[in-house]
Amino acid sequence: MSHASSDTEHKPYQQHHFESMQQQTQATLLGIWLFMAQEILFFGGMFAAYTVYRILYPQAWAMGAASQNVWLGMTNTIVLIGSSVSIVMAVHEARHNQKMKVLKWFAITLLLGSVFFGIKSIEYGGKWDHQMVPGLNWNDHHALETINHHLAEDAQIAELPKGIQLYYSLYFAMTGMHALHMVIGFGLAFWIMGKTAKGCFNEEYYPHIEYFGLYWHFVDVVWIFLFPLLYLI
Amino acid sequence: MNDSAEQPTYNYLTAGDTVKSWLLTVDHKRIGVLYLIAMTCFFLVGGTAAGLFRLELATHNPDVLSNDTYNKLFTMHGIIMVFFFLIPAVPGVLGNFLVPLMIGAKDVAFPRLNLASWYIYMLGGSFTLLAVLLGGIDTGWTFYTPYSSVYADSNVILAGTGVFITGFSSILTGLNFIVTIHKMRAPGMTWMRLPLFIWAQYATSIINILGTPVIAITLLLVVFERAFGFGIFDPARGGDPVLYQHLFWFYSHPAVYIMILPGFGVVSEVLACCSRKRIYGYEFVAFSSLAIAAIGFFVWGHHMFTSSQSEYAALIFSVLTYLVGIPTAIKIFNWTATLYKGSIELSAPMIYTLGFIGLFLVGGLTGLFLATMAVNVHLHDTYFVVAHFHYVMVGGMMMAWLAGLHFWWPKMFGKMYNEFWARIGAVVIFFGFNFTFFPQFIAGYMGMPRRYHVYAPEYQPFQMLSTTGAFFMGIGLLICMVTLISSLFKKGYCGRNPFKATGLEWNQAASPPNTHNFTAPVVVDVEAYDYTDERIYQDA
Repeated sequence: MSHASSDTEHKPYQQHHFESMQQQTQATLLGIWLFMAQEILFFGGMFAAYTVYRILYPQAWAMGAASQNVWLGMTNTIVLIGSSVSIVMAVHEARHNQKMKVLKWFAITLLLGSVFFGIKSIEYGGKWDHQMVPGLNWNDHHALETINHHLAEDAQIAELPKGIQLYYSLYFAMTGMHALHMVIGFGLAFWIMGKTAKGCFNEEYYPHIEYFGLYWHFVDVVWIFLFPLLYLI
Repeated sequence: MNDSAEQPTYNYLTAGDTVKSWLLTVDHKRIGVLYLIAMTCFFLVGGTAAGLFRLELATHNPDVLSNDTYNKLFTMHGIIMVFFFLIPAVPGVLGNFLVPLMIGAKDVAFPRLNLASWYIYMLGGSFTLLAVLLGGIDTGWTFYTPYSSVYADSNVILAGTGVFITGFSSILTGLNFIVTIHKMRAPGMTWMRLPLFIWAQYATSIINILGTPVIAITLLLVVFERAFGFGIFDPARGGDPVLYQHLFWFYSHPAVYIMILPGFGVVSEVLACCSRKRIYGYEFVAFSSLAIAAIGFFVWGHHMFTSSQSEYAALIFSVLTYLVGIPTAIKIFNWTATLYKGSIELSAPMIYTLGFIGLFLVGGLTGLFLATMAVNVHLHDTYFVVAHFHYVMVGGMMMAWLAGLHFWWPKMFGKMYNEFWARIGAVVIFFGFNFTFFPQFIAGYMGMPRRYHVYAPEYQPFQMLSTTGAFFMGIGLLICMVTLISSLFKKGYCGRNPFKATGLEWNQAASPPNTHNFTAPVVVDVEAYDYTDERIYQDA
């Protein structure tokens, strides 16, 4: 079968079902944005549940947020924003076809991502130790003790507010789903680094890097919503 | 006309005959056929379940099934028919086959993603079938909490995971279609020249992308709740089961339009061809699809009039639900106006299509009854609701699906089925359907609740009629299947454009099309449904 391959403009990375490189680029970019749209709705279900329960149980939400370590959350926020900067740098270097620099910035991004996971696992571990994981090891007595530990002397509570387990269920569901997206991001990053090392990209063709950047920013933005909602307010 | 023309020896079906060439294909037409085979199997499983509990319901005493088995059968029927037949049927089979052909593209924008979508569909289906084989699930297709999350003693985790996975097949197919329709149209194929089937697929895809992720996360939370005891919808810990219902219906009401909009697209194509006229008010029919998709997102609360939803919310949902009637009525009126002074040919696809219009009208109008709050309180959870949504889903969507399957069958396989038997099948299905579901309106109005295994004796005549009707519908479907499948073994070639229809798929592609769809570059220079164009009457 011949399919218009006489076209001298036909680049090796142009897939045969596209008429031009421009069409291919526009199509993939639109595809990525549509994927983001469905991601927003995917997290949106949990944000809706968060809103409803926050309104139903304001006390539980206040106590839940108070029991978080804001400094760990803050550090993680800064680390993730840093990783967004580094992935922007990777895209920037890709535009100039600087293979080694692309790999370097990817490595930095993954390093910052690992720091995030490290801090997150400290937080999760702490909640496990204090028996504050709903369904798996929740213990009212220990949860009350832990929350009081974070509260001022004159603000101690005698019993757990209603709905406190919902706060923690949503905390684990939302941050867990966010972390899962980061894990997927790690997988994608390794794949793209492999392609970069093999020299699959050049200054006019680096869509995987650019779209990974968009995905990574999206995951970052989700966290930027999660941090104030779960730790601060 | 040149009916004696030879079938082209090289086409997408003959491009490879190994199993591997099918399972690793990225050709949108082959993927359409893969969906056709898989989906037919799911349809038969779901239909068998329905046949069994219909048999049980023939008398008011328990005869054939235990109440447990009965619950599991109607749940399985619902889950399989909704998630594995109604939602993917037209987009998966006809959409995959036709979208690139109709807009003059070589393939969808992301062919490998398209194949992945089929595998995701099969994986989700396997989970669900495994749930059935391991003893079934008895929550009803709605998975309502807290029954599903706390009390049910059946395979909720497996079935929920299956539906969760399958959702991504819909999302990715929708994404693929939107990008394809935006970016892959041939020169001259402007938006206002698109076949209405494409407009319908476009509107469906928007709902797929914006609605499906919400049910995905909701079912995932239910699965977590069962697997780890998270308790997000558990009233004992302050969780709100009504929140589950909101999240579930936020998707599952728009999903009704995911099921029916592609059917609308099919109907527009068949109706124009079989009345030899341009669809009356093309622009209105096109934009009414988008209007249905948009309004459809704001009506979900009408499933919850008898829950603890606030009365004011219910009032607004009721008004918004009436609004959906407007674009839907625009379609029905415009289709009817298309028939006016048309040159109508009652071929098999047209019989299905006319059946669709009548049955869908009944389904749609009874939907307005149910949108009325006071009426709804009386009819909620009765057979009236069952009859209503079967008129929409089966009388509407299934009839449209069969219309489309008959209409494009010669394009897909290069063979024409036996027209006489196809018409017989269509008529038997039409009457069988009405005998099955019309009595249920009356039984429901009289107060018979749905999902009951043993019921009061005064409803028995209606149930008996229903069961008899279901038997005839089964016969009709059997005639239809045998007619279509036996056509594959026929010698003759149907020609490029047996229905003398407009559209690139009929006029610029062979039957069956070759792997790259078109042999010459496609340039569109005619409006949609131009039945005065001489070229459609010349066969290649």
